[in-house]
Amino acid sequence: MTVFTKFLCASSGIALALLGTAAQADVVFWSTQARPAEEAQAMRDNVLAGFSGTVDYQPNEDGPWLTRLQAELQAGSGSIGVLGALHGGFSALDPDTLVDLDDLGVASSSDSFNALARLGTDNMQYVPWMQASYIMAANREALQYLPAGADLNALSYDQLIEWAAAVQAAVGEPKFGFPAGPDGLRHRYFQGYLYPSYTDGVVRTFASDEAVAAWEMFRRLWAHTNPASTNFNFMQEQLLSGDAWIVWDHSSRLANAFNERPDDFVAFPAPAGPTGRGFMPVLAGLAIPTTAPDQDAARALVQYLLQPETQIATLRATNFFPVVEVELPGDLPPSVQAAGAAIAAMSGAPDANPGLLPAGLGGKGGDFNRIFIDSFERIVLAGQDIRTVLDDQRPRLAAIMQETGAPCWAPDAPSEGACPVE
Amino acid sequence: MSTRYLPYVLILPTLVFLCAFFLYPFALVTRQAFGTGDGVSLDTFREVTSYWKFPISLQNTMLLAAAVVPVQLALALLMATMVNRMKKGRDLVLYVWTIPLGISDLAAGIIWLAIFEQSGFLNSMMLGLGVIDRPTAFLSYQHPGMIFLAIALAEIWRATAIMLVILVAGIGLIPKEYYEAAEVFGASPWQRFRKITLPLLRPSLQTALILRVVLAFEVFAVVAALGGTIFPVLMGEIYAYQFDLQNGGAAAALALIVLGISIVFTLIILRVLRVPKGATI
Repeated sequence: MTVFTKFLCASSGIALALLGTAAQADVVFWSTQARPAEEAQAMRDNVLAGFSGTVDYQPNEDGPWLTRLQAELQAGSGSIGVLGALHGGFSALDPDTLVDLDDLGVASSSDSFNALARLGTDNMQYVPWMQASYIMAANREALQYLPAGADLNALSYDQLIEWAAAVQAAVGEPKFGFPAGPDGLRHRYFQGYLYPSYTDGVVRTFASDEAVAAWEMFRRLWAHTNPASTNFNFMQEQLLSGDAWIVWDHSSRLANAFNERPDDFVAFPAPAGPTGRGFMPVLAGLAIPTTAPDQDAARALVQYLLQPETQIATLRATNFFPVVEVELPGDLPPSVQAAGAAIAAMSGAPDANPGLLPAGLGGKGGDFNRIFIDSFERIVLAGQDIRTVLDDQRPRLAAIMQETGAPCWAPDAPSEGACPVE
Repeated sequence: MSTRYLPYVLILPTLVFLCAFFLYPFALVTRQAFGTGDGVSLDTFREVTSYWKFPISLQNTMLLAAAVVPVQLALALLMATMVNRMKKGRDLVLYVWTIPLGISDLAAGIIWLAIFEQSGFLNSMMLGLGVIDRPTAFLSYQHPGMIFLAIALAEIWRATAIMLVILVAGIGLIPKEYYEAAEVFGASPWQRFRKITLPLLRPSLQTALILRVVLAFEVFAVVAALGGTIFPVLMGEIYAYQFDLQNGGAAAALALIVLGISIVFTLIILRVLRVPKGATI
């Protein structure tokens, strides 16, 4: 053997050894959450750095996330160790492709979250990871126009409309902002806020007379809404630019506004309608695909992420709140303090009417959302007759419910079998 | 190896590449569009064409192509003739004009969004000059014409250069003798352009138009950035089917419809701008 071939053998041996250890130690954490560059970096540096093994944190858009996961599942082998996604992401998967996690010893302190995490089976398909909600936020400039006698923490929709109208009259342009852009979370507003607040249901009451009243209310609110809202996706941008003064959005999509100019904005609960103060929690979870290369390391990572200290680090990194009992420290970022107070006021309100995330829809979650988005576009943007649109959309919604067999979820009354559209 | 087989060997890599990355996926997409489980059916096509947004998105896509491509053609012809006449700095001008080509279409859309949005450059400029009292929302659902104009402008800015490059190369191939002869007979510049440049540019025009028209039917990112949800186009609907609804069959069916439209227009362009047999430069 010449010196050269010896060198070649030695170096390739080292390279192989390095490859081997790298493949063994890195748990690929494939996530749809904490996607913005700063959040992803904070996840790596402040959350995952404390884990005993090494983690390769890879956040991605929902589409590519699902595409790669399904490719690995179809191939029967893969490199993804742990999955992180919203409840809706997991409910679109076949529960058989996820490892049952009942024996992990960690779970959320909320029973309704743990029930959601079973995805309609008898076992935990994912572990609740972190939670958030949608709240209202306003520029302090707007507070002077609040209608007389209105309490910011207990607004009604009529008061909100009055307020938005007063702001428009004072500054000459509509300043209510609504995330109706392509990436905006408008469908969650209709499913978790508008319908529960006006009809005390979502599916059963989709085409009810109360629903007509709900859409009429939304039309009145829309009259004072910045018409550029159809391009708004993350309302923190419009809060900061001043294009909108009163907004509704996901708490983590408002975080930058509070963190950049904490003294300029206030967060407050969603308004109440005739049937209560509808609001919807957001739940993200962790799961392990059956194709995970190192199940033990993946399980250890999930356990690590559910520890109270990790949950607080996650809160700082992502603005998503813990799902386990923790003592919140006092030095949290302004966005977390503002959103935390608003969510607490919302869920603790005497007229609170929480709407759960759609469950049991499987791969039809997108079609379900489209029913609401289409109704919005036709009723509010195109100005079509509310009754006609709802009657037209009703059979489509009923078909989705029939096909998936999804039972009703709160606030709809429970059903035997598929949730009926009445 | 004998020279007889050499050409085939040389095109083999391209052929393999095309088969692996075009024909095979194309076959898969076709199967996905027509087959739902067992047998061939047109259900997915019925599903996508009966959706209320389909006629709107088809109309928007067509109108956009009809508005953008002729303007781009005229602009590219003008720019190509100008570049061709330049003695100095020709390369520099060409480089500058083709810069938008190097920018991704989403980035281009965002650049134009920064101009047109409510707190964007156009509004602040007009406000600064005192033309308007307060910023207006140009890109709102109440002004569909304005959105159309903004998208058309962004597309023209972004994609004229691709035609320009092809036409500049084509004009360079036209022999100088024709022009000299025309000048001797007293042809005006406009006559020379119409009687010499245009006819002899046919092959390049064909390529440029086919490329541009097919790309116009695939317009997506610029529309998504500027039009939001209020200006649906076919490509946006395909994206929504694939990623929002996880409905690969419907997305494949719609993709085949776009392919069909592209083929029809390619054939029309090939026919209209055909080069008569034996008529070469």
